Amino acid sequence: MSVVAPPDRPPTSETDYLWTLNFGPQHPATHTTLRLVLKLDGERVVDALPDIGYLHSGFEKIGEHLDYNQYVTVTDRMNYISPMANNVAWHGAVEKLLGIEITPRCKYIRTIIAELSRISDHLLCTGAIGLDVGAFTFFLYAFYQRERIYNIFETLCGARFTNSYTRVGGLMYDITPQVVTQIRDFVRTFPETLDDMERLLNKNRIFIDRTKGVGLLTPEEATNWSATGPVARASGVTRDLRKDEPYLAYGDLDFKVCCARAGDCFARYYVRMAEIRESLRIVQQAVENIPSGPFNVGVDERTTLPSKRDVYQTIEGTITHFELVMWNRGFVVPSEEAYAAIEAPNGELGFYLSGDGSNVAYRARCRPPSFIHFALFPKLIKGHTLSDVVAVLGSLNIIAAELDR
Amino acid sequence: MPATPQTLDALKARFGELPTSEFRGDTRVVVGKERLLELMEFLRSAGFDLLVDVTCVDYLNYRGATDRFGLVYLLANTITSERLTVRCYVNESGLRVPSLVPLWSGANWLEREVYDMFGVAFDGHPDLRRILLPEEFTAFPLRKDYPLQGRGERHNFPVLLRSQA
Repeated sequence: MSVVAPPDRPPTSETDYLWTLNFGPQHPATHTTLRLVLKLDGERVVDALPDIGYLHSGFEKIGEHLDYNQYVTVTDRMNYISPMANNVAWHGAVEKLLGIEITPRCKYIRTIIAELSRISDHLLCTGAIGLDVGAFTFFLYAFYQRERIYNIFETLCGARFTNSYTRVGGLMYDITPQVVTQIRDFVRTFPETLDDMERLLNKNRIFIDRTKGVGLLTPEEATNWSATGPVARASGVTRDLRKDEPYLAYGDLDFKVCCARAGDCFARYYVRMAEIRESLRIVQQAVENIPSGPFNVGVDERTTLPSKRDVYQTIEGTITHFELVMWNRGFVVPSEEAYAAIEAPNGELGFYLSGDGSNVAYRARCRPPSFIHFALFPKLIKGHTLSDVVAVLGSLNIIAAELDR
Repeated sequence: MPATPQTLDALKARFGELPTSEFRGDTRVVVGKERLLELMEFLRSAGFDLLVDVTCVDYLNYRGATDRFGLVYLLANTITSERLTVRCYVNESGLRVPSLVPLWSGANWLEREVYDMFGVAFDGHPDLRRILLPEEFTAFPLRKDYPLQGRGERHNFPVLLRSQA
């Protein structure tokens, strides 16, 4: 949170003709609360100083004071465009630390919700790029489909936006036939809209002129700057945790890793659009093959919360609930540290957890892809024009709540 | 994927017996801060091309801990998906470690965040300023002795009047 020029770029008499432009923190094209101080030579961006921290809310400190089930509500608010993916990442890390193997049914349901949130996230990201470079129709198409995904989540867990759907060792509720019908309906009808959306932009002269060759990133640079996810894959880095380190049900499903070589804004848009199609394939396969059986690990493991019905109507349920939620009881946690990551829509989203035997994490570090990608921004924008700022910013998909945590 | 025996053997051949442990598939290596940069250079040339994350844990009052801070470097190989965690312990008497920015540009903001939250300084960092918190902030809030609630720095900021704004 400071705009002091860094020591390697002091203002000199040769540069004082440059224009300084404040971009944000409240600006419709940043979409979230972040600030850029741009140095302009005419319309050309000579330097950009990102200034972040406006949305810093101490999520990692809160993680040291809320227990493993409570903290899932905070993860919802990190990347609020795809909260389900954050839930899955958080409890994936917790279960790795606690040594819990979740049930096959739970793995499939988590895969489905993670992929639906990837579609939702990519729709917002590509929609926002479209909006910022002047393709308003595309944005409306994308947002209508996002609403349908919200409807699915609402039927699944009762919440549209901040879902908090996962629990240690399982889920809040099982998936119902009604949700399956809704997902099938979405998978059947969405590709048609996706075709329309691609027809709107993929060969659109204005869109291509605004995004092709803008914000170039080579594969070596992408890896060197710790970029992951669609940003790295658009530059030709083939790393995708779903394939490389198959977690949940990804090992059983057939899908492709989408990559591009160009490494510009258009490639990042294109990779995201291609990933939406692959995600649809994953959802389709997973939803037809959900294994039967319990969705939570057994009560013997003493990790999953019993259903509300059991808590209120049976003495065993009440006792189990009590044993788990009281601050001096709860989970058996090793005094160890573990890192687990998933391929979130934005890139590798991981949690580094340190347990100390108590109910709350000793340290709950989140590896935020937005933070790492935003560090790339000054490098990507240098030499381009002011109007390219929104294209580059949109293609990186910076979510300030995850950026600042 | 945990680190392969080949990697661990290569490390042993170059750096001698480093404390190595494994927990649920994560291989962890502990190194002193004197040899941190050398080890990282070696690992980078050995194929660990992605610096996944840099973070820190404050072990104040942690059961059995002998050092105050533990820096955690998560590395990955983008080709073989091999992962390795490097840990480096530092204490209040010398809160300085070499910066990894010369090796990975991505370390820049990650190290700034560690500095911002824990006050660990990185030698050789090109731009070591606070990143998430305001410049006026004096404490390091992710340290364990910083309270979650109560009156603190936020009440000490100078009041900015409208006429001055």
